[in-house]
Amino acid sequence: MALSTPATMGGAAARDLTAALTRRKFDLRSKVVEFVLVSAMALALLILLTLIVDLVYRSASVWSDRPWDFLTGNLNSQNAAAAGVGQAIRGTLILCVIVVVVAFPLGIACAVYLEEYAGNSRFARLTQTNVRNLAGVPSIVYGLLGLAIFVQALSGVTGGRTVFSGGLALSALVLPIVVITASEALRAVPRSIREGALGVGATQWETIRSHVLPSATPGILTGTVLSLARAAGEAAPILLVGAATGLLRTGDQGIWQQLRGPFTGLPVSIFSYARQPGQDFRSLTAAASLVLLVLVLMMNGVSIWLRNRYERKW
Amino acid sequence: MSTTITESDLTTAPKRRHADTGARWAFRAAAVSTLAITVLIILTLAVDAWDFLVKLGDDEHDGLTVLWDLGWFPRRGLFDIATLVLGTLIVTGIAMIVAAPLGLGVAVYLAEYAPARFRKIVKPVIEVLAGVPSVVLGYFAIAFINPEIITRVFSGANQAFTLAAAGIAVGILTIPIIASVAEDALRAVPMSLREASYGLGAERLQSTFRVVLPAAISGIVAALILGISRAIGETMVVAIAAGAVGGGLRSYDPLQPGQTMTAAMAALGFGSDQVAGDNLAFQSLYFVGLLLFVITLLLNVASGWLVNRVREVY
Repeated sequence: MALSTPATMGGAAARDLTAALTRRKFDLRSKVVEFVLVSAMALALLILLTLIVDLVYRSASVWSDRPWDFLTGNLNSQNAAAAGVGQAIRGTLILCVIVVVVAFPLGIACAVYLEEYAGNSRFARLTQTNVRNLAGVPSIVYGLLGLAIFVQALSGVTGGRTVFSGGLALSALVLPIVVITASEALRAVPRSIREGALGVGATQWETIRSHVLPSATPGILTGTVLSLARAAGEAAPILLVGAATGLLRTGDQGIWQQLRGPFTGLPVSIFSYARQPGQDFRSLTAAASLVLLVLVLMMNGVSIWLRNRYERKW
Repeated sequence: MSTTITESDLTTAPKRRHADTGARWAFRAAAVSTLAITVLIILTLAVDAWDFLVKLGDDEHDGLTVLWDLGWFPRRGLFDIATLVLGTLIVTGIAMIVAAPLGLGVAVYLAEYAPARFRKIVKPVIEVLAGVPSVVLGYFAIAFINPEIITRVFSGANQAFTLAAAGIAVGILTIPIIASVAEDALRAVPMSLREASYGLGAERLQSTFRVVLPAAISGIVAALILGISRAIGETMVVAIAAGAVGGGLRSYDPLQPGQTMTAAMAALGFGSDQVAGDNLAFQSLYFVGLLLFVITLLLNVASGWLVNRVREVY
């Protein structure tokens, strides 16, 4: 018996069969599943939106009453009307500078060693595993490290509970992230770039300095700026290291004395304001949170912009 | 006339050679520094935790039984670890109830359903959610989640602080982590598997749930384990939103304030100036820290092992 297909049937029967085979069936199950997935997505976005709207709404009184006063004011967990985030912003910026100076060169150098020198040696594999595990260590554990090592053991160098100890604890926290992202950026540089430099007689160091690092700079920058945002938003390590949470008076001492004294940071002052009861402190917490969120999102934005601006396909 | 090439013609100038060797050693030292951080963390935690146990066991104190008795009141010498572990389990459980479906839903939607254009817009927004500092979500928990959601749904809930509100906020922080690791796992499933499934007449729903998800299962489990590890280590949300700052009895009720490992550490570190002399409260910080470090390390290693398995298969 011959196989009957729409082509052999002809006429209305063929049209019916073709329609039956190609009809778009309404499949309730797959619609439901797609709806559930879209809702999950929408809910995640809705949470973010709610958070931002809540922060703006609740901090409105601070922005309308005394915006400048708030942005420059001192840490004060007793009197909401006199409290501000001036010292906190300054503290967070100094912490970021320390992270840039300490964690970035160290992390990038470690990545260069892993990608350019170490190959697949046992030491390299050990370091890689170690860095991956360090990246997963809870941030508060870095606070304990800072407390025991930078505040207590190295108090002669750091001055104890100072912004230096805090900055070093945060540097240890972001170091693994810097190493991982910088490694990825270095790995994306094609072999031919290195071979070109080595071929004309450059030493390995000259190859890295003048060819590999410049080619990898956009990728490295993206990762490092992202890790800086992480450092700026972390409260737990600097809280344990001893950032001020109550009152902080910066007198008219010189810059150096201030650096060797008590310090605070934006996340820690948010923590400190959030612990106080009353609507005034609620608004203050919301306003400080908004400032931190804007700062962190700006850094994230810069990172995404860098990625898009300099994204290179080899 | 003939030219003789000597050895000195073929070796570079000593300056360049020394720069090359110097650079190699500098990079190697940077790699060693990441190992040093791990060693310092482990030493710090182990030494002080041991010290704590030894002092607890000597005659002046009540012996090791205080580690599993009564409650967590470090200032009064009562260190019931079960209180903290229980609180951590409740918060982590609630966090995963929120984050697992949402994170996996977002991952499946982005990897399998979303049109490329939509994905390009939404992915950075999810990354923004990942960048929100945890103190800000701590604020969100006490300012919005507890009063607007928890106390409205459950009439018996504590008005100010609940473990449930902290758990939901921790879950929100965990969504992007689960989403991004799970999405990577789904994307690592080769297109040919999906095509084979379509070729046999399966629709998207069947291909996604019968072919792609089973193929990516170890990566998805890894994402969930990583999420659990992050939720356990999350500090600031619980420090702000779970209440019970000074200590507390064992609490099984998510609608009441409670104490977790990380919150207890933040509370101890926060007031560490006042903890003096004979009192062991300060040392208990390191004991809890060691416990936290070991738990998260084990979870991270398990997660990393599973991720590698996906990578090896494809």
